[in-house]
Amino acid sequence: MIRNPLKLVLPLAVFVTVIAAWEVYVRAAEVPAYVLPAPSLIAATMRTDWSLLSASLMVTLKTTLAALALAVVGGVGLALALSLSRIVEYSLYPFAVVLQVTPVIAIAPLLLIYMPQDAAVLACAWLVAFFPILSNTMLGLQSVDRNLLDLFRLYGVPAQRSWRARIRSRLKALWYLRGPAALPAFLAGLRIAGGLSLIGAVVAEMAAGSAGAGSGLAYRIIESQYRLNIPRLFAALVLLAMMGVTLFLALSALTTVLLRHWHESALPREA
Amino acid sequence: MNAPPLVSLNHVAKVFANGVTALDRFALDVREGDFLSLLGPSGCGKSTVLRLIAGLAEPTSGAVLWPGAIDADHRGEIGFVFQEPTLMPWASVADNVWLPLRLRGVSRHDARDLIAESLALVGLEDFAKAYPRELSGGMKMRVSIARALSVKPRLLLMDEPFAALDEIARFKLNDDLLRLQRELRCTVVFVTHSVFESAYLSNRIAIMSPRPGRVIAEIAGAVPYERDGDFRTSVAYAELCRHVSQVLTRSMTDGRLG
Repeated sequence: MIRNPLKLVLPLAVFVTVIAAWEVYVRAAEVPAYVLPAPSLIAATMRTDWSLLSASLMVTLKTTLAALALAVVGGVGLALALSLSRIVEYSLYPFAVVLQVTPVIAIAPLLLIYMPQDAAVLACAWLVAFFPILSNTMLGLQSVDRNLLDLFRLYGVPAQRSWRARIRSRLKALWYLRGPAALPAFLAGLRIAGGLSLIGAVVAEMAAGSAGAGSGLAYRIIESQYRLNIPRLFAALVLLAMMGVTLFLALSALTTVLLRHWHESALPREA
Repeated sequence: MNAPPLVSLNHVAKVFANGVTALDRFALDVREGDFLSLLGPSGCGKSTVLRLIAGLAEPTSGAVLWPGAIDADHRGEIGFVFQEPTLMPWASVADNVWLPLRLRGVSRHDARDLIAESLALVGLEDFAKAYPRELSGGMKMRVSIARALSVKPRLLLMDEPFAALDEIARFKLNDDLLRLQRELRCTVVFVTHSVFESAYLSNRIAIMSPRPGRVIAEIAGAVPYERDGDFRTSVAYAELCRHVSQVLTRSMTDGRLG
């Protein structure tokens, strides 16, 4: 797939160089592990603490994926409702914006008061991930070619004009035209939401962490910081980063699969 | 031989919501079998005329009448070709042609023959499975025409369909369009701002004034309506173009004064 090997070789070389330099520096300067652990020590910690870390990884992964799934359901559902009815749009959209612009870290303590802890963490992650899906899907739904909508009116509008028939005709337009037209924008929103749901999960775990019972990766980071177990902190951080990268790659692959036939963004670039 | 017109625009005015008067005192009869060109400067309301005929817009005053039809069901199908191909990029060529039929409730299976037939009419039978991005500008426009033909229209409305094409592609499509109109015996209303294109294609040319648009001259029957491969280079065609240009120039001047 990758035509230019440099695209793979160069970042790899940079990575190896930085890790090697880090290792050499820590050993040469005899930096204590509680300040900066060497990469080899982080790797060793990953192995020894794996049962603890992997359990935490699963917790955070579950929260992130569940939040993303709920964000898709909620975001797309609300976008569809908003695009079907102006009344719904006018009444609800402003509140979606308010939810989005309020920093989630500030809402987290409240959610922790009102909900059981895992539900609160999930709600936080959902709140952050939900908006990009909503706004992108709405943008996509509205960006149908006007001429195509005219064709729709020419051939698809029912003679009887009851509201039931109107809704049916709008649903048809949604299914035939607006849905496919919205797909690229929705997928762009999904890629953003994937990263955000992880951030939301981490933020919420950190906010909840002081309450004690959490066991996600972000909680492990806070805990390791208190205990000055910096190698484990780094190991947890590496796992979080890898999770983010994997999520991004998976969502990018999904985009390519769904759009490869027709959308500019997913076409292989001509040489 | 005095059949009522297929569609008749009767003293039509169209004022848009923003206050712009697109059409004023607009009168035009489209007769069955016509290849009628609407020729006029850009912004004179030519496209609005097509949208009124198609029922995509309502006249502010006046009426669009279908004298031969008892109700909307008896008007026959309308095919609409836009200035841009406006294909669905996510759908194959065949599925794009299917769209009007699909909206009419025809399943993909039942539409099979009609789709194949329409694609054959425009010479794209081998491209049914292709996606729009794989086609050239001229081929996309052919798909757009095939889509309009799929419903077997009695009236074909075309809004500067070839304006964005290069001359060679346009000449070819002009000839194909004339052949299609003869074969299918449909009526065509063709919007253009090209004197040469209107002279080549039409048996009637309605010349419109600048906005607010109305028909200020009509040219019909100046040259026998026989088009073949030699017509484009013939003296008769050159004469006709000259005549149309003259009328257009005169109308533009008069239109401004009036």
